[in-house]
Amino acid sequence: MHELSLHVLDLVENSTGAGAEQVTVTVEEDAGRDELRIRIEDNGRGMDAEMVARVTDPFVTTRTTRKVGLGLPLMDMTTRLCDGHLRISSAVGRGTTVDAVWRLSHLDRPPLGNMAATLKTILVMNPELHFRSRHTVGERSFLLDSEEIHLALGDLPLTQPAVLEWLDGYLKDNLSILYGGKQA
Amino acid sequence: MKTVEDLKRLREQLQTDNRIRHAAGTQIIVGMGTCGIAAGAREVLAAILDEIAKHNIQDVNVTQTGCIGMCEQEVLVDVVKTGQPRISYGKVTPDFIPTLIAEHVVNGRIVEDRVIGKITK
Repeated sequence: MHELSLHVLDLVENSTGAGAEQVTVTVEEDAGRDELRIRIEDNGRGMDAEMVARVTDPFVTTRTTRKVGLGLPLMDMTTRLCDGHLRISSAVGRGTTVDAVWRLSHLDRPPLGNMAATLKTILVMNPELHFRSRHTVGERSFLLDSEEIHLALGDLPLTQPAVLEWLDGYLKDNLSILYGGKQA
Repeated sequence: MKTVEDLKRLREQLQTDNRIRHAAGTQIIVGMGTCGIAAGAREVLAAILDEIAKHNIQDVNVTQTGCIGMCEQEVLVDVVKTGQPRISYGKVTPDFIPTLIAEHVVNGRIVEDRVIGKITK
C-alpha cells in the first residue's frame, strides 16, 4: 500500500467485516507537534486481548482472524519506520479503536494520498453504514457525515450519475480547502 | 464549492424531472479485501463510478465482496446482468473499465478474453 488513505479504506473494511454499524475516522495533520494521527473507531464485534496482541503479527493470522490479515501488520510497520506507533484497543461486543501515529515530516512517511477516493469508496460500498470522518489540517477541518448525505438523498442511490458527480465535487472541494485551495 | 444543500436541490430536481429509475439491471461487484485494495480496487471502483456518471447509466448497482481466496487475480470485478450468469473478470485495471462498461454492462457482450470465471445460478 503506497498511500495511508488505502490503509484507512482497508481498516474501515475490517470494521464493516466485523459487523460495525458505525465507523468514525479521524485524520489529524498536526505540523505543530510534527505528527500525523489517524484513528478508526468502530462498534463492531471487537476482539479479546489475545487477539489484539496477535493482529499485528502477519504470521499468526489464522482463519478466524482472516478479516484482519495483512493490513494491520503493514500499517504497524510504516508507523514504526517513521518514529510513530500503532495501538489497538478493543473489547468483545463493544468495538475496536485503532490509533496510528507517524512523524509528519519523516522522509519515509507514506503520503496520505487520495482521501477523496477513499471516502467515496467507503460511502458507495457501505450505504447502510453510519460513517463519519473528521479531517483536520492545522486550524481547518472537514466533517463528513453519511447520515447528513443520506437524509438529503432520500431514497436516491449514491450511484445515481448526477449524485456521483455531486459527491465527487463535494469531497474534492472540501478537502482542497484544508490545504488552502490545492488538493493534497 | 459543493454543499449538502446542493444535494437536496439536486434530488428535488431529479424527482420533478422524473429521471430516476430504481430497477437495477446490472450488478457490479468489486473485491475490496486487503488484497483487492492493495492491487488497486479503489482506483478500479473510481473508474467504474466515473463511467457510470459520464455515460449517465441509471440501472447499475455497485457492491463489494471481501477476499475470496483468489488474491493473485485481484482486482476482481464480477458483472451480473439480470437473468444471466455471474461473470468474473480478473486482474482488472482502470484502463479496462471503459471497455467493460461499454461492452458488457451497456451492450451485453461479455469480454471473453478477460473472463476468469462464470457462475450460472
